[in-house]
Amino acid sequence: MRRYSAWAVAREATRYHEGWERAWRAPEPKKRYDVVIVGAGGHGLATAYYLGKNHGITNVAVIEKGWLGGGNTGRNTTIIRSNYLQDSSAAIYEKARSLYETMSQDLNYNVMFSPRGVIMLAQTEHEVRGYQRTAHANALQGVSTEFISPQRVKELVPIIDISGPRYPVLGGLWQARGGTARHDAVAWGYARACSDMGMDIIQKCEVTGIRQEGGRVTGVGTTKGAIDCGKLGIVVAGHSGHLAEMAGFRLPLESVALQALVSEPIKPCMDVVVMANTVHGYMSQSDKGEMVIGGGTDAFNNYTQRGSFHHIEETVRALIETFPMISRLKMLRQWGGIVDVTGDRSPILSKTPVEGVFINSGWGTGGFKAIPGSGFGFAELMAKGYSPLTAEFGLNRFAEGRFVDESVAAGVAH
Amino acid sequence: MSTRLSTGGRLIDRTKPMSYTFNGKRMKGFAGDTLASALLAGGQMMMGRSFKYHRPRGVVASGAEEPNALVGLGQGAAFEPNQRATTTELFDGLSATSQNHWPSLEFDVGAINNRLARFFPAGFYYKTFMFPRVAWKKLYEPIVRQSAGLGAVPKERDGDTYEHFYGFFDLVVVGGGISGLIAARAAGRAGLRVLLMEQTAHWGGRAPVDAAADGATVNDAPVDKLVEEIVADLATMPNVTTRLRMMAAGVYDHGYVLGYERLTDHAPEAPGPRHRLWRIRAGQIVTATGAIERPLSFAGNDIPGVMLASATRDYIVNYGVSPGDRVVVVTNNDDAYRTAIAVKKAGLDVPIIVDARAAGGGALAQAARDLGIRVENGRAIAKVHGKKQVEGVSICAQAGEGGVLEEIACDAVAMSGGWSPVVHLWSHCGGKLTWDEAQAHFRPDVHNSPKGDAGETFVTPAGAANGAMQLGDVIADAGEMAGRAIAALGGTVRAEPVTASAPDEVPMQPVWLMPQGAGPKLRMKAWLDYQNDVKVSDVQLAAREGYESVEHTKRYTTLGMATDQGKLSNINGLAILSDALGQPIPQTGTTTFRPPYTPISMGAIAGTARGAAFQPLRRTPMHSWHEENNAHWEPVGQWRRPYCYPRTGESHAEAVSREINQTRSSVGLLDASTLGKIIVKGPDAGRFLDMLYTNMMSTLKPGKCRYGLMCSENGFLIDDGVVARLDEETFLCHTTTGGAESIHAHMEEWLQTEWWDWKVYTANVTEQWAQIAVVGPKARAVLQTLSDDDLSAETLPFMAWKEVTLAGIKARVFRISFSGELSFEVAVPAGQGMALWLALLDAGAEHGIMPYGTEALHVMRAEKGFIMIGDETDGTVIPQDLNLHWALSKKKDDYLGKRAQQRSHMADPNRWKLVGLETLDGSVLPDGAYAVAEGVNENGQKRTQGRVTSTYHSPTLNRGIAMGLVLHGPDRMGEVLEFPGTDGTVSKARIVDPVFYDKDGEKQNV
Repeated sequence: MRRYSAWAVAREATRYHEGWERAWRAPEPKKRYDVVIVGAGGHGLATAYYLGKNHGITNVAVIEKGWLGGGNTGRNTTIIRSNYLQDSSAAIYEKARSLYETMSQDLNYNVMFSPRGVIMLAQTEHEVRGYQRTAHANALQGVSTEFISPQRVKELVPIIDISGPRYPVLGGLWQARGGTARHDAVAWGYARACSDMGMDIIQKCEVTGIRQEGGRVTGVGTTKGAIDCGKLGIVVAGHSGHLAEMAGFRLPLESVALQALVSEPIKPCMDVVVMANTVHGYMSQSDKGEMVIGGGTDAFNNYTQRGSFHHIEETVRALIETFPMISRLKMLRQWGGIVDVTGDRSPILSKTPVEGVFINSGWGTGGFKAIPGSGFGFAELMAKGYSPLTAEFGLNRFAEGRFVDESVAAGVAH
Repeated sequence: MSTRLSTGGRLIDRTKPMSYTFNGKRMKGFAGDTLASALLAGGQMMMGRSFKYHRPRGVVASGAEEPNALVGLGQGAAFEPNQRATTTELFDGLSATSQNHWPSLEFDVGAINNRLARFFPAGFYYKTFMFPRVAWKKLYEPIVRQSAGLGAVPKERDGDTYEHFYGFFDLVVVGGGISGLIAARAAGRAGLRVLLMEQTAHWGGRAPVDAAADGATVNDAPVDKLVEEIVADLATMPNVTTRLRMMAAGVYDHGYVLGYERLTDHAPEAPGPRHRLWRIRAGQIVTATGAIERPLSFAGNDIPGVMLASATRDYIVNYGVSPGDRVVVVTNNDDAYRTAIAVKKAGLDVPIIVDARAAGGGALAQAARDLGIRVENGRAIAKVHGKKQVEGVSICAQAGEGGVLEEIACDAVAMSGGWSPVVHLWSHCGGKLTWDEAQAHFRPDVHNSPKGDAGETFVTPAGAANGAMQLGDVIADAGEMAGRAIAALGGTVRAEPVTASAPDEVPMQPVWLMPQGAGPKLRMKAWLDYQNDVKVSDVQLAAREGYESVEHTKRYTTLGMATDQGKLSNINGLAILSDALGQPIPQTGTTTFRPPYTPISMGAIAGTARGAAFQPLRRTPMHSWHEENNAHWEPVGQWRRPYCYPRTGESHAEAVSREINQTRSSVGLLDASTLGKIIVKGPDAGRFLDMLYTNMMSTLKPGKCRYGLMCSENGFLIDDGVVARLDEETFLCHTTTGGAESIHAHMEEWLQTEWWDWKVYTANVTEQWAQIAVVGPKARAVLQTLSDDDLSAETLPFMAWKEVTLAGIKARVFRISFSGELSFEVAVPAGQGMALWLALLDAGAEHGIMPYGTEALHVMRAEKGFIMIGDETDGTVIPQDLNLHWALSKKKDDYLGKRAQQRSHMADPNRWKLVGLETLDGSVLPDGAYAVAEGVNENGQKRTQGRVTSTYHSPTLNRGIAMGLVLHGPDRMGEVLEFPGTDGTVSKARIVDPVFYDKDGEKQNV
């Protein structure tokens, strides 16, 4: 792999950039791999990357029905934070956040991680108490957060209105080391690094069946032919249920549409990410200058990657209330993604009833921020059969009632 | 130089001059001008700077597809960035500023990027700016952000208002061109309820402009005449609604159309809302949205003065404005000849028409030649000369690599790469596209249309939007497609003989790069996406690097991601991509079309719901009294509840203490009206409540009350409250304030989906009743002064209720207590709440009666060890954790949550359980603090063994009290735990009984 650098760009400029090589190869599938990962989104690619990097497993294929990074990895609002309440959540999200810090250098691909800080606004007494609790929990979890005053919120976000009238800002949970990253670049950077390790990323290749012998996986059938594998990782978000059905088990997941929108670009006016759970919306400004806005999920199950407009109305209304100046901006584009949600709003990273088949799903509305941590832990689980990062996220928790419920901390999609 | 012609301009009124400013300079225009036409008339060709390289940019289009001419409009509370000059109607006093430059439009420091453009190809930032690590946030990103962005930031709160409309129509026709007009008239005559909307200020669309150049007629009359005739017809039809300046922003499932009407953008002084958002349900939608011309990709195609041929024609015909004196026309189709003819007819020079087709054009080409215009076939533009203004073009052979055959001086270039139907609305809800080889564009695949839930088509394209590009075809197609939509609605269509006479056109020929063999130097100067500075070379680079999916290319290069969302660039870009990948265009496909069609204001989306009206404000019947008595409000859902009632000079904490002391020692009043009240009625009501609550409710006797718990099917405690049995078949369930709606919905969900055959009705009567808690040792005395009914403990014991008359008002009195005091909750019809409240204040005056707020309520319940939903519970707590086993019926076979609570983790003896906590020094424990245990877990996190759930200063005990959940808590009485704060301090607290006050309950049982 040719390294990327300012020097490389300058050198290529002298020959009209005609000397750049492919970021990732486009191979035909081999007959067999040690590990096949289904789904070349951020989580799938990160899993492959850490299988190679941490566990020396490089005979890996990542197969993808569409184009890599084309699902929720490329549709989210790019927020990265780890100020979760429960220990097991904080562990995996904080692992992810810390890996984001060095991702550009690790991958030699600038994913533009920008630790600009994330504020979650408290606008009711109840939220104040909730975030004070989270701040206490985070301190013990090694996650650096702080409950800040309304005045401090205003200093950090000059365009915010902290005075209401309906829901004045009473404070906020501030994670200075949270932020955003360029979502597509995360998928592309991992894809390039995986390809460089000799892994095959096979796009436009749909899984049509999962083959087993004696309760153990032996391979997958695909639109590009049969592929044998030793282990199989299913990392397909909204379509997890379909793959699980092929393998012969069911998942406690529902798929719903989550929408987001951007404004037209304007000059920099907001340096941090703000989430307002009471009014139900969140906003940041991209490096391009667009205000990136998200809200809640639709209340009905759906696979269409588009949602109903009334959610957009609710979200925009909430954010005009919080940031009155955006009333004079225009919505440029709205879009939707399909998120797979569990009963406790926490992910599933687990062995399955089929030996050798592992599932990574259920990230709901918050998967982007988890990508490197999820890949790190899931790779360890697949390689060694156990990972402390994923231990609490097994499928058996639903049978045992051992939920990891973040609903107290995640009132809004994120 | 661009200038105003002495005659012409079908849309302007030369008798009404208007004055406006651009970058502070006073300029003149006419009524009917757009800002773009007025600027051109004033010689202002350059209108902005591009996003990335800060290149000088002029207007390139004349409508919604304009990527370059974006301005900041208005000032102060009316300022709005990124307004398209081409769709901004001129008004007297308009003030516009150009964008994305410093210090000025003419001289922009950011243009250094242009000098360095070679080093900034697509995606260069993914390859650079990585070292040192901190520099991205501290150095590179701020520079990138400052350089990017477009418009200035609005500083003030929006001074305008907005509103929403609902519309219900059989047929919605989008587009007021010839096709839309024909469709609307046909539907109107069929008796359907029709809405016709047109995004511009004028009916007729492109056809009248074209006719002005080629002399086309309809029914042997000018095209304008047909437009007038249909508009007049529509005006007489009461079943037809027409709107100008209204755009269909999006099409959603089930025939939902979002309409965006701009009411006062063109007349800011007019009264009323600025924008109106229409939420429309349509039986059928006809998209008569026309087509958009494509640029051609040649070097220097972004220099101010290079314009779409159709736009050049629009400015001349509609506004009497010429983009230049010498206009070179370059084309791959016949339509652009109309522009040459229009330019010539306006008395300007067309030095050459460069037709890339070897065989050249048809009748229109001949007409141009007849006017003395030189036409060269098989030729191309190798390069445009000029920096801030076109100065000339180099002509070459289209088939070659750009060897210059001839230099031609000119000050404007009109280009046409063919036309693409506007398929956005068709595509929003799943309509598929088909590639039309002959016309080299995607058009709607009518066999794969957006479908309703019964599989019926609900969107029909018509006219140019359906790929019909010549006048005769447009009219025929509009009639046919409208007929289909009308028939789908059960209407019948009367044949309308409309015959067009227009010159025949010969086929266009796709030209995606000019010249065909252009080398890298030329490709680096051939723009695809003007605003985002994406060039032919960038798309080729993306393909080379493996970003082969059209979505990858888009995201890697930012092609089509600008404010025009690729209206000009998409097809050209994916043709270049397809060529680079060696695959046909349809195989490459398009990116997804997403709403809105063009950007719509956030203000319109929010409508009237802002400020105080942001959400409904729910008021109790006594709300105004609280307000007059200095309540400090706390938002609780959409309610506001008094937190406390501070008196002059009193802090909130002092007020809370006073309220508690008064209540505990004498008597206090609480407005408890916000508590949820749900009637559950029917022969199966008891059976239903037995399933809903963990307790047995069916055995409750009329006249009695019982405290109950509700769990989710996962076993977690979700709500609590007192149930009163009103009669044999009727229960009144009290819920928490926050739970009223959700618990009612929860009941209905179970009734409607699981127990639909049970005979039970529910009704949420929360707002029908005012409820007042009269609390304290003197409570009975106060009530008794207002009533002749017997309120003694014998006739109204604890956990009983009865109907009495209080101050002449019929009331229900519940003997229940959330404070541990003698307490009566009195419910009266909402309309009589205030009367009772005042009567109670009056009657209690001798005891010093005063109201208390939510904080006193919370402190008093904590003193008694009563749990609070939302404090002691958080969605992870089961009743067993709270030592509420007594409320879990063992006699019942089942209740919601019972099975879940038997799961291994729920039955685990190692769960955290409710205890009281007392700091050793009497201080108040920090809210939400955790009790630490020894060591760390395998993820390196400090281990914990409990947490604080409620913590207060108790004025009654004059010390801090708290409740918490602690591992094996009830078995560890007296043990001391450590609670680290977030400020480095550590609080020590002893585990105690959670009932801090009146442990035997003597105070409430009197």
